[in-house]
Amino acid sequence: MKKVVVIGNGMVGYKFCEKFVASKKFSEYELTVFGEESRRAYDRVHLSEYYTGKTAEDLSMSSATWYEENNIDLHTSEMITEINRYEKKVANHRGTTYSYDYLVLATGSSAFVPPIPGVEKEGVFVYRTIEDLEAIEAYAKTLKYKGKIQAAVLGGGLLGLEAANAVKELGLEAHIVEFAPRLMPRQLDQGGSDMLQAKIENLGLHIHLNKQTNFIQGDKTIEGLQYIDDTELKVDMLVISAGIRPRDEVARESGLEVGLRGGIIVDNTMKTSDDHIYAIGEVALYNNMIYGLVAPGYDMSEVAVSQITGETDHTMTAHIDMSTQLKLIGTEVASFGDALYDGDDADAIVYKNKRSRVYKRINVSKDGSRLLGGILVGDSSDYNALFQIYNTAMKLPENPEDLILGNRGSDTGSLLGNVMDLPDDAQICSCESVSKSAICGVIQDGSCDTLGGVITCTKAATGCGGCKPMVKDLVDATLKSLGKEVKDTICEHFEFNRQELFDIIKLKKYRKYDDVIDHHGQGDGCEVCKPVIASIMASIYADTANKEEAIQDSNDRFLANIQRNGTYSVVPRIPAGEITPDKLIVLGEVGKKYDLYTKITGGQRVDFFGARLDQLPKIWKDLIDHGFESGHAYGKSLRTVKSCVGSTWCRYGMDESVSFAIELEERYKGLRSPHKLKGGVSGCIRECAEARCKDFGVIAVEGGWNLYLCGNGGANPKHAELLAEQIDNETVIKYLDRFLMFYIRTAAPLQRTAKWLDTLEGGIEYLKEVVMNDKLGLTEELEAEISKLINNFQCEWTQAIEDEEIMKRFNHFVNSEETDDNLVFVPLRDQKMPEHWK
Amino acid sequence: MEEILEIYKTTSIEDVTVWYKAARVDDFPKNGGACIKYKEKQIAVFNFERKNTWYACQNVCPHKMEMVLSRGMIGDQNNIPKVACPMHKKTFSLVDGKNLNGDLAPIATYPVKIEGDSVYIGFSE
Repeated sequence: MKKVVVIGNGMVGYKFCEKFVASKKFSEYELTVFGEESRRAYDRVHLSEYYTGKTAEDLSMSSATWYEENNIDLHTSEMITEINRYEKKVANHRGTTYSYDYLVLATGSSAFVPPIPGVEKEGVFVYRTIEDLEAIEAYAKTLKYKGKIQAAVLGGGLLGLEAANAVKELGLEAHIVEFAPRLMPRQLDQGGSDMLQAKIENLGLHIHLNKQTNFIQGDKTIEGLQYIDDTELKVDMLVISAGIRPRDEVARESGLEVGLRGGIIVDNTMKTSDDHIYAIGEVALYNNMIYGLVAPGYDMSEVAVSQITGETDHTMTAHIDMSTQLKLIGTEVASFGDALYDGDDADAIVYKNKRSRVYKRINVSKDGSRLLGGILVGDSSDYNALFQIYNTAMKLPENPEDLILGNRGSDTGSLLGNVMDLPDDAQICSCESVSKSAICGVIQDGSCDTLGGVITCTKAATGCGGCKPMVKDLVDATLKSLGKEVKDTICEHFEFNRQELFDIIKLKKYRKYDDVIDHHGQGDGCEVCKPVIASIMASIYADTANKEEAIQDSNDRFLANIQRNGTYSVVPRIPAGEITPDKLIVLGEVGKKYDLYTKITGGQRVDFFGARLDQLPKIWKDLIDHGFESGHAYGKSLRTVKSCVGSTWCRYGMDESVSFAIELEERYKGLRSPHKLKGGVSGCIRECAEARCKDFGVIAVEGGWNLYLCGNGGANPKHAELLAEQIDNETVIKYLDRFLMFYIRTAAPLQRTAKWLDTLEGGIEYLKEVVMNDKLGLTEELEAEISKLINNFQCEWTQAIEDEEIMKRFNHFVNSEETDDNLVFVPLRDQKMPEHWK
Repeated sequence: MEEILEIYKTTSIEDVTVWYKAARVDDFPKNGGACIKYKEKQIAVFNFERKNTWYACQNVCPHKMEMVLSRGMIGDQNNIPKVACPMHKKTFSLVDGKNLNGDLAPIATYPVKIEGDSVYIGFSE
């Protein structure tokens, strides 16, 4: 067995292991990996997501057991300090030695700290590792406690913007300080930078360009930045993100050849000046360049694996593509090819739209035949197509401006025309180097016949995911070329989409899941189609979730929301958030009796957390005995109708928003739908109920209500759009009845109203035609269907606690009275919370 | 956290030394699962009534180490019977315990036999 030692367990070091494991000759080698961080390799590209809820484990590149399962000896928290090339041995900081046949250096880079006086002061950080992020977070906390919130990020490049986003996520005022006259100077031109700046400033971040820092102000702790132009910026924290420096110290000391400005020199086989040592990733100096992107690093890993295992004709390409597409601070930015090309033999075509904040530039050869590169800011949806045209040197249309302006006047669809016209070797996924022929191939040879299958098989779209739309197009087109029908079926068990299943179930009056799958599907079903069919039957027959427990979504099965440690939360309905003091006392007593963590929700009700499965019926019995009922917080169904206090108390109120919100919530409560539904009613245009962020929003104006539809908060916030103005209560209800039922009948599974509206051709205007002018001749039917649902409403918790059979499902064990002994709670601000996930 | 996993080891039918009588057939939902306790172990037991087949596996999901798999939905993927964890919908084969939609560690599975109206789970200790 030959010994391969890898120094460095970052993204590229991990990728080397992954590629090595996949190689046919892997069993002939013994792989040992050293990482100086305490964690296994994690995704550094998405580091700022650590502040938006991702854990270190979520960011991890592999599972805890992956290395062991693949017989890789991983040493974390172990720093290699010496390479003895003559004896072919490495030594760690404690002097322990390990011998190697091949050594791979994947030591990566560290943050470059410019030699500015004062960088050692308290409050100055770099942005590179999870430890850095933890230190920044802890410091930000103490700052905020003192009321200090000004923070600067030094560097307006890719990493700097990412760091600024992280700083903003921590609740600080972020200032981006850049030496160059523009942001992302290596990728963007002035026009692109200006547009990016406008977008970022609009989000509340501050940008200071053309600023060179002379020294850092403050005694022991940072107080500000002093620029050389004698101006200053008062800040309480500084995060340096001004570039990277290759970690070549150990290589340098061992006498390997390094570049003038750092980096281990490698040839196109990734070999260093020593025949037994390879270098990959950000520490490797290839073509006299350090490549600070993951895609070239991944390619280098693959080359190194091939070289070590004897496939010596696999080498690194001479030209390395530095195209990138990413989302920075909520803004799409892409740059490809020679983005800044300014030669005489090319023309730049620029589209700039200050209204929608979009900037596009393409560089086209003088003869108009070739695309040389380009920049997209604010809308990078054409990136994949443009990149392919550039990368495969495709012939351009007669008017190259069509590439960024669209073919005005005629509707020819995609820029590329047909994705199948791409050459076979066109690289579709650059993160994983997957070509068009690889994607189409696995379908043609019968290994896969779905998008999911192709992704699993080829790994395409598993990196940044930017190529997924193109992968989908290719999969669809290939299937079609093979004569297979392409449908957005709900899963492998049904050849139908949700709307078709809805119609089938309604027509055939099916009442049981087994009837549907036996007659119209195949196999035993899954976690996708079961809840879809449960929801459809609930939307047709007003069945509660108690009817067929095993096909209900896990939350519906136990009528509660499962939380982090497998306990549940309990939310009784408080229509429109109006509650008497007596009922509020009942809630307090219930929370106390069962020792539940208690919180007010965004939907103006009370949420109890930490209830064990076996406690749920007892808690609900107490609540129901005091006049409460299920709040359906666990269901894909109407949650709440939020209200402001309205004209009953508010001196500005135009109408009784609370009364109307209660009426709407009582009307639609328990209504099962493709996704959750939320409503809001505001008493005037000040909109305190945030009704326009809801699936339906009603706002009182002079002369009636304005009705808005299809908004949501969440990951992609969208304001609801105006359907009708100045209408009375009855008309609001009439339109809402029709709208809700139309949505329930036609939406895809788990598609909220905003997304659904996006897919309706004609958008809100079409919806107006259907709901107000009866374009489809459906309104009578829709009204009849929804009134059946409204009239047959039952509180499913009341139903559950009265039925002994249903009660049985709330025991943790079927063969024991005991409860789950795995639960551990820890104290939190006079309440409790689950122990942290380890 | 790994110590929770240590007590769960896949047991093949040849290794069984104890057939533990866990509960009655009717105690389990049709085409669904429930949890039983055997010594220190929590075992999820699933009744694939459509196929008249039963499966058992550890109740703990190796993703976040919570005792929840018995509350997951069951079904099949390319004819492999599977369970989907109710927390994050990680799916596992009930035949060999393999994680079908990721690279989590496999779950331990146990043999099940039905005699009369009793459900027995096989353990090697």
